Amino acid sequence: MSCRLAADNVLYGNPLFRWVYDLAGSALPCWLAYIIAGLVVMFIVVNGVLAGTAVLTWAERKLLGRFQNRVGPNRWGPFGLLQPMADLVKLLTKENLTPKGADRLVFNLVPILMMMPTLLVVAVVPFAMNTAVADLSIGVLYILAVSSLTILAIFMAGWSSNNRFALFGAARGVAVLVSYEVPVVLSLLGVVMVAGSMSLSGVVEAQAVPFLLVQPIALFVFAAGTSAELNRTPFDVAEGESEIVAGYHIEYSGIKFAIIQASEFGGTITASAVIVTLFLAGWQGPLASYLGWLWFLLKLGLVLFLFVWVRATYPRLRTDQIMAFSWKFLLSISLINLLATSLEIYWLRGAERALTTGDLWIMALMNLAIAAACLLVAGRLSQAKVRRVRPPLPVAASGTAAREAR
Amino acid sequence: MLENYFRQYGLAAIFLLVAFLVPVGMLAGSWVFSRLGVRPAKPSPVKDAPYECGMEPIGGPWNRFNFRYYAYALLFVIFGVEVVFLYPWAVRFIQMELFALIEMAIFILVLAAAWAYAWRKGDLEWR
Repeated sequence: MSCRLAADNVLYGNPLFRWVYDLAGSALPCWLAYIIAGLVVMFIVVNGVLAGTAVLTWAERKLLGRFQNRVGPNRWGPFGLLQPMADLVKLLTKENLTPKGADRLVFNLVPILMMMPTLLVVAVVPFAMNTAVADLSIGVLYILAVSSLTILAIFMAGWSSNNRFALFGAARGVAVLVSYEVPVVLSLLGVVMVAGSMSLSGVVEAQAVPFLLVQPIALFVFAAGTSAELNRTPFDVAEGESEIVAGYHIEYSGIKFAIIQASEFGGTITASAVIVTLFLAGWQGPLASYLGWLWFLLKLGLVLFLFVWVRATYPRLRTDQIMAFSWKFLLSISLINLLATSLEIYWLRGAERALTTGDLWIMALMNLAIAAACLLVAGRLSQAKVRRVRPPLPVAASGTAAREAR
Repeated sequence: MLENYFRQYGLAAIFLLVAFLVPVGMLAGSWVFSRLGVRPAKPSPVKDAPYECGMEPIGGPWNRFNFRYYAYALLFVIFGVEVVFLYPWAVRFIQMELFALIEMAIFILVLAAAWAYAWRKGDLEWR
């Protein structure tokens, strides 16, 4: 029995998949060969994310060290590169505690539910030309749907831990996640409209001009929103170390803590991969058919460095600032972006109902001007708010301190 | 064409299984380690007490919550559902007539009116 991948199959352009499929198909039934070829791609993707997570834990600590004029980890291996291995061995040999009064089933399900969305997002990200586990036609919607599952895991962790700090962290985390979901979803609409496709490889191919320039507001909103959804530093009230110790994962130890940490760092990697794909033209670059993976990795490293840089630079915001930033500023500018993009497309598309590269450049100039105007106006408005004299506090304000702790 | 879609979603479904098995495998490995004696498993009442910075916890974890959390949840519902309608429209917008633009503008204006009302009533402030 011999199977050859049909030329009209969507995975035909993926050389790795085709090679494994043809090899396995020479001895096995076709459907089994198809599954084996898929599993090989999945093996590479999953291990890539997990290895990337290990490297990111090292890189983040090393970079934060340099930002703060320290050395960072430097004991294990050259430049401390074996530090993630040491951490893993340490966490594997630690005891797994379950607090008294905890809901054991829910408590133990949390690490699984934390890691699943992180891995699932990568399924649709093309990390080289034609190379993804599944190039779904609803890719963008799939990413939004799957990544919002983290809310569930965070709230389960807080609910089941029988710990006050965990519950506070979970409530804050859910509030932040729910608030930033809205502008993120609205910002990606602009990308989908310009690309005319929700499949991620379709979006990459539409980027004759990187959407970094065509949709600057969308990029800003998406980057801010995802770093809030990942509880990264300017928005990390859900696990603020100095307030509620570790937030929702305070009671987790040993391997469960390792899985939760790994899925947070892995979440940063997958969010950066999505940013690279949607805004930085993914695998496109010189010699893209051979070096696509290299361009993808270079851009991924750049975006990850920016995430670490932001973490090292900004202090943690208060809850009211985080909520106002999302509901007042990000939501407004993403609605402006949606309106501007739809009007520009309507104006520029011409009789053939498509956007040329020149049209994309015109859109880029206009959208950059709109982004600058939005930033200036918002800056003036927030300054006006600071200058206003605050009214005296009402008399019954004795519970303020207790209320602010929540 | 249709067969291709089914094959893609088939791979996505298998990937769901893989993504489930990875953390389960890690937890199972940890369990094996505890059986082999590599990691300890000796619970005691002190270790199992909920962590509260060294204090014995007074009362349960169920404190009262600021009602603002519920207000934000309600506000999310305003915009959460809209996505379902907006994404199919956005994909095909480039080929649609002026009618589609006006129709969606009215839809978003209705939602924006609700949002502006909530803003005006002070529901976006955290007090």
